[in-house]
Amino acid sequence: MTILIRGAALLGKETADILIDGDTIRDIGSLTASADRVIDAHGLIALPGLVDLHAHLREPGGEGSETILSGSRAAAAGGFTTVHAMANTSPVADTAELVELVAERGRHAGYVQVRPIGAVTRNLAGEQLADIGGMAHSAAAVTVFSDDGKCVGDSLVMRRALEYVATFDGVIAQHAQDPRLAIDGVVNEGRVSSELGLRGWPRVAEESIIARDVLLAEYVGARLHICHVSTAGSVDVIRWAKKRGISVTAEVTPHHLLLTDDRALAYDPVYKVNPPLRTSEDVEELRRAVADGTIDIVATDHAPHANSTKDCTWHDASFGMVGLESALSVVQHALVDTGHIGWIDVARVLSVTPAEIGRVDGYASPLTVGCPANITLVDPARSESWSTSRLHGGSTNSPFVGFTLPGHVMSTIFRGIETVSDGTLVAPELVRNA
Amino acid sequence: MKHLISTRDFTTDTAIAILDTAIDMVDVRSRDVKKLPTLRGKTVANVFFEDSTRTRLSFEAAALALSADVTTFTTQGSSVSKGESLKDTLQTLEAMGADFIVLRHSHSGVATTVANNNWVDAHIINAGDGTHEHPTQALLDAFTIRSRLRGDDARGKDLAGISVVIVGDILHSRVARSNALLLKTLGATVTLAAPRTLLPREIEGWDATVVSTLDEAIETKPDVVMTLRVQKERMTSGFFPSESEFSALWGMNHSRLSRLPSTSIVMHPGPMNRGLEISGSVADSPQSTVTEQVANGVALRMAVLYTLMGDSR
Repeated sequence: MTILIRGAALLGKETADILIDGDTIRDIGSLTASADRVIDAHGLIALPGLVDLHAHLREPGGEGSETILSGSRAAAAGGFTTVHAMANTSPVADTAELVELVAERGRHAGYVQVRPIGAVTRNLAGEQLADIGGMAHSAAAVTVFSDDGKCVGDSLVMRRALEYVATFDGVIAQHAQDPRLAIDGVVNEGRVSSELGLRGWPRVAEESIIARDVLLAEYVGARLHICHVSTAGSVDVIRWAKKRGISVTAEVTPHHLLLTDDRALAYDPVYKVNPPLRTSEDVEELRRAVADGTIDIVATDHAPHANSTKDCTWHDASFGMVGLESALSVVQHALVDTGHIGWIDVARVLSVTPAEIGRVDGYASPLTVGCPANITLVDPARSESWSTSRLHGGSTNSPFVGFTLPGHVMSTIFRGIETVSDGTLVAPELVRNA
Repeated sequence: MKHLISTRDFTTDTAIAILDTAIDMVDVRSRDVKKLPTLRGKTVANVFFEDSTRTRLSFEAAALALSADVTTFTTQGSSVSKGESLKDTLQTLEAMGADFIVLRHSHSGVATTVANNNWVDAHIINAGDGTHEHPTQALLDAFTIRSRLRGDDARGKDLAGISVVIVGDILHSRVARSNALLLKTLGATVTLAAPRTLLPREIEGWDATVVSTLDEAIETKPDVVMTLRVQKERMTSGFFPSESEFSALWGMNHSRLSRLPSTSIVMHPGPMNRGLEISGSVADSPQSTVTEQVANGVALRMAVLYTLMGDSR
């Protein structure tokens, strides 16, 4: 099978044709070759297939809100070709058997490469290390370890975990939330929590853990990744750590780049998320931090929840938002259209660097001859009111419904297979049999 | 207004109108026949997911005085624990014929969520939601202040020029939150006195003066000192070191009362911890409005039901 993409702007720059042969990019340039399938990409931007370092696919145990198949479809619709699946499933992904099961189901679904994240501690309890070596050496070859949803709060456990994971060239992705400081917090602590009478989640609960962990990472000489950075103070700490040469990387979610805590003022649980939405000053600083490289990547923290846990009171609602389908549009809206970054940077923060942090092969030299054919074609000029019809996962808890957002993924090509074609998600059997 | 959720919903004029209606309701309650037929054939459902005998009885008395039928649903904790959601519970109650739902819940925002999502058609009256608001308490407090300090000329008046100190656990108090908002709307000046652990953050928008101790506030000779109930578990969770220290710095006692003008009043929403936030002698003094607040509560809640009845938007 050969695919010829005609006239795409490579990383938003010069226009060229791309010839895909099998699962590999065969040629790039002004091409005269014919192909089994020709995609007219004039007006579209070609990006490398996107890589998400942080998604909750919920399977096993949470199939009522998402499955590996439905989450893979949401990912493909959003232009992703690799997704890291968080470990807080039921049972928890803390053994070789479980991560192999997740990877295998991802392969079977066929829309994206599903890379399991292993738990840091057994059952996410924060006490005993999970089977880290077993997961690293399993067929799933786990490289990223996280108790996400929970913070590795105990300093000694975190020290040991950093050291132990470093043995396998892995990285710990820390959910930075001091469990005592943020106890029962459900909204950013500040003007909004005071008005709403809701327990505040103070920014210092995030910043103090990041400060502790960068020092630990420096001390033991290990890699550290910070999940969903949400405050300007966290950016300061990470900037300081990088200047000092500490091996730390950081992510921000699309929603923290766009939404602020006053969204909570009507107690609408679609805006309940952990870490909470912060202030406009935080949003501005997070955008600048992506632009200057302090924050390395954008990761979705895609967190599907069944309607019953969102159509309820703020207190009873689950934390989390779906984000795979909307990530690229929000990044364009919040970062590209505002002049913070260009499309080459979009490729960096949504593909090259997340792949590098997760040690995923095939993404180091995007859109070059000989590399795997993972390509996303986006129409940046198409701007639409975001609705649930844009969602393809098992849940609809998107905070962006009703927003006008730019950018439409017209094609996603995963290892030479179209998972999104002419702006439409391809059916499961066609993807599987391709 | 169709619902009463927050004192934020009031303009100065709508708040004064309710206080004035409450004057009429006080008159009704002093007559031989203490009832009006306004809500005959209507049902008021008291739905209390959190125990509060006084507030429930006050709403019940108000509803009965307007000739409504009253049904009561109380449960310890929410029935979510039994697998039924709040939404299902309320829709069930409405199906049984509730025209008004008086809702008390231990979680902030529940009344807002119920009203915003149109889960039910009934009028929703927030009878206290978590640490958010308790608007009828604030209304009855404003009514009590106005009656005491404006006397027979109260009708039509706001609270301009009146200085109110709210002291104690502001952070966890729905009474303080609703009062701070409503008192400003009515033109009063508000001072908050509390340890930093019991003050919410970033409350510049409340337009209140903040002082550390009650003595600092007493020096300004306020017209009103509003004390708040202190939940004893706040001490064990480290918000202040001991009852005696709290009482020494933020308790309303005889010595502090003696430094106030004789026209000043001391309020408490009840139930009181005598000896902690308010001393027994102060609570029983002529300057205390504690029992008056309870009596005014019934008239004020009649006024609220009466007002909502006339407006379904």
